[in-house]
Amino acid sequence: MENNKQSSARAAKENYAALVKRLTPKSKLAQGCLRAFWVGGAICMLGQAIADAGAVWLDLNSAAAQTLASMTLVFLTALLTGLGIFDRIAKYGGAGTVVPITGFANAMVSPAMEFKPEGWVLGTGAKLFTIAGPVLVYGISASVVVGILYYFIRW
Amino acid sequence: MIMYLKVFLVGGLLCAIGEALILKTKLTPARILVAYITAGVLISATGLYTPLVRFAGAGATVPLTGFGHALAQGAIQGVQETGLIGAFTGGLTATAGGIAAAIFFGFLAAVCFRAKPKDY
Repeated sequence: MENNKQSSARAAKENYAALVKRLTPKSKLAQGCLRAFWVGGAICMLGQAIADAGAVWLDLNSAAAQTLASMTLVFLTALLTGLGIFDRIAKYGGAGTVVPITGFANAMVSPAMEFKPEGWVLGTGAKLFTIAGPVLVYGISASVVVGILYYFIRW
Repeated sequence: MIMYLKVFLVGGLLCAIGEALILKTKLTPARILVAYITAGVLISATGLYTPLVRFAGAGATVPLTGFGHALAQGAIQGVQETGLIGAFTGGLTATAGGIAAAIFFGFLAAVCFRAKPKDY
C-alpha cells in the first residue's frame, strides 16, 4: 500500500517534469514574441510621433517627415548604444529592436565601437559595415533589379 | 489616435514575426535584417506595400521592410523620371537621409564612446 503510494507520487512528479518540458519552449516563444511585439510597436509609434511633429512644426511633406523619423531613430540608437543602454533594451525586446531601423543603426555602431582598438580605418571605419554592408548589398541590388525590370515592363 | 493604434499593431506584428523567425529557424538577427529589407523591396515591387504604408504609417515604414519599400519605390520613380539610369540612382536617392545618418551618427558614436566589457 505504502509502496504503491510512493510510486504514484513518483509518476506524478515525472508527469509534471514532462509537462514542464513540453510547455517551456512554447511559452518562451510566446513571451519572446509578446515582448518583441510591444517594444517594436512602441518604437514604431515613436517614429510616427516624430514624423507627425516634423509635418506640423517643420512643415515637411510626408516623404521628408518619414526621413526625419528614420534619422532621429538612428541618432537615438547610436547614442543609446554608445551609452550601453540599447543593449539592455535589445536583450529584453529581441526582434522588437532588431526589425525597426534601430536594429540597422545598432548593428553599425556596436562593431564599430568594439573594433576601435584595431584602428580608425580597418577598425571603426570598416566594422561600421559588418552587418550594414550585407543589408545594403542585398537591398540596393534588389532595388536596381526592380528598377531595370520596371524600365522594360512598366507594370 | 486610431492611427497610433494601427502603427503599434502593424509595427509590433512585423517585429513579433521576426522574433518567431529568430527563435524557430536558423535566422540570426543579421540575416533577419537582410531578409526583411529584401522582402520589403520585393513586396513593394508588387505594389502591395504602399497600401500598408497608407494604413499604418510608421508601423510600416520604420521596420526594415519599409527601408526596402523606399528603395524599390525610389528605383521605380527614378526610372519614370530619368529612364534606365534612374534604376541605379533612384533607390539610394530615396534612402540617402537614413543611410547618411546611420553612417555619420554611427561613426560619431564610435568615436565618442568606448565599448563596455560585456557584463552578462
